[in-house]
Amino acid sequence: MFKRIDKHEEKTLSFTFEGEPVKALEGDTVAGALLLKGESVFRQSAVSGENRAPYCLMGICFECLVEINGVPNRQACMVKVEDGMNVNRQKRAVEVKAP
Amino acid sequence: MIVSDAVVVGAGVVGASIAYGLLREGLSVELLDEGDAALRASRGNFGLVWVSGKGATLPDYALWTLASADAWAGHAAGLEEETGLSVGYHKPGGVDLCFSDEELEQKRALLQTLNDAVGAERYQARMLTRQEVLDIIPTVGPDVVGAGFCPHDGHCGSLSLLRALHAAYAKRKGTAYRAGEVMLNIRKVGTGYAVLTRDNVYKTRKIVLAAGLGNKTLGPLVGIDSPVFPLKGQVLATERTALRVDWLTPYVRQTDEGYFLLGDSMEHDGFNTFSNVAVIRGIARRSLRSFPFLKDLRLVRTWAALRVMTADGYPVYDESERFPGVFSIGCHSGVTLSAVHATRLARMIADGALAPEVSAFSARRFDVQEN
Repeated sequence: MFKRIDKHEEKTLSFTFEGEPVKALEGDTVAGALLLKGESVFRQSAVSGENRAPYCLMGICFECLVEINGVPNRQACMVKVEDGMNVNRQKRAVEVKAP
Repeated sequence: MIVSDAVVVGAGVVGASIAYGLLREGLSVELLDEGDAALRASRGNFGLVWVSGKGATLPDYALWTLASADAWAGHAAGLEEETGLSVGYHKPGGVDLCFSDEELEQKRALLQTLNDAVGAERYQARMLTRQEVLDIIPTVGPDVVGAGFCPHDGHCGSLSLLRALHAAYAKRKGTAYRAGEVMLNIRKVGTGYAVLTRDNVYKTRKIVLAAGLGNKTLGPLVGIDSPVFPLKGQVLATERTALRVDWLTPYVRQTDEGYFLLGDSMEHDGFNTFSNVAVIRGIARRSLRSFPFLKDLRLVRTWAALRVMTADGYPVYDESERFPGVFSIGCHSGVTLSAVHATRLARMIADGALAPEVSAFSARRFDVQEN
């Protein structure tokens, strides 16, 4: 659905999404790289469990939340890809360890 | 020319509650919203329906607040029945945590004053030991030494409330509130009034000014002094959690959607609605001291909004002497008072006069004679 419109000479990076390898260019956001790959399910709603994907891509809507390197609820559109990142879907709400 | 029995200027929680109530009284009502230039206190609200500690120096306010808390469950149920929208109202009672013997003593004295003024069997405020706090909230931090408790305190989704009020208004009236209506003036026309906005003229018999901080400039147009000023509050929202809690404090609460909201800062900062790190840090610090488990949660949003405050913190309700039938209604607790605004206050306005139970809220209390 998405393709790059500009020429690029940036360094190629790789990260994983749900354990599968994904290629990206330096400077890509996690959301951008996943959309380029054709991914349409970033998370499941904390309320209904419905599948969700990025909407605004500018940090406002919080629809693109994913888990990055074990940290939940990060905005995929606000985080740049780093080599070796482990990204997973945000599956519903976080558990809280309440003593 | 748009003709109706009443015009309500301001479509925030206060104006929308009154407009909804006036419709239920059988009046035809036009509800006017200024637009996104407005300061919109209703959209930055924390969502408390709070009784505890209010009205210590004005028992009429304690009673008015209590009356609204009593009516709130019915208010929420009525809105849901009319619109199908839940406003997320819960009434677990409010736990106001104390961190020192001095705080405990201050809280005890405050609640004693209110128990005495209202009647202890009615007000039902009491102090909790640390162990009693732990029975309600097992997750409080080690610094908590006790708390005040009042069973009348509750909370709701304040944005859901605003949405439901707008929906209930629209359903009864058949059309939505009027957006982008900037009120310029009020004129006497025959036995009624004309409300002049930038784009329209509204002919009516009754007018309610419910424009929040805007009442300060609109009130004098009809001879009403409305001494309100902005008091900034900032709110922090965490990510949604699977953990669900059923307790309530005045500065940490959980929404139906799973967010924890942290708040209760107060700043005199003019009309500035920006967040700032120093205050955010202070809110976070107190919240973490109260509930250490919050440290594992990420903040996803912060915002600031301006309370509609008065010098003594109590509402200002007045009817114009020169323009009978024109009322000015201002307060900072628009969510808490939504239930009485939609019922008792709307009925008073429909009947044509503010009743004795709210006469103490006239801004004339600020008139001090000097020699």
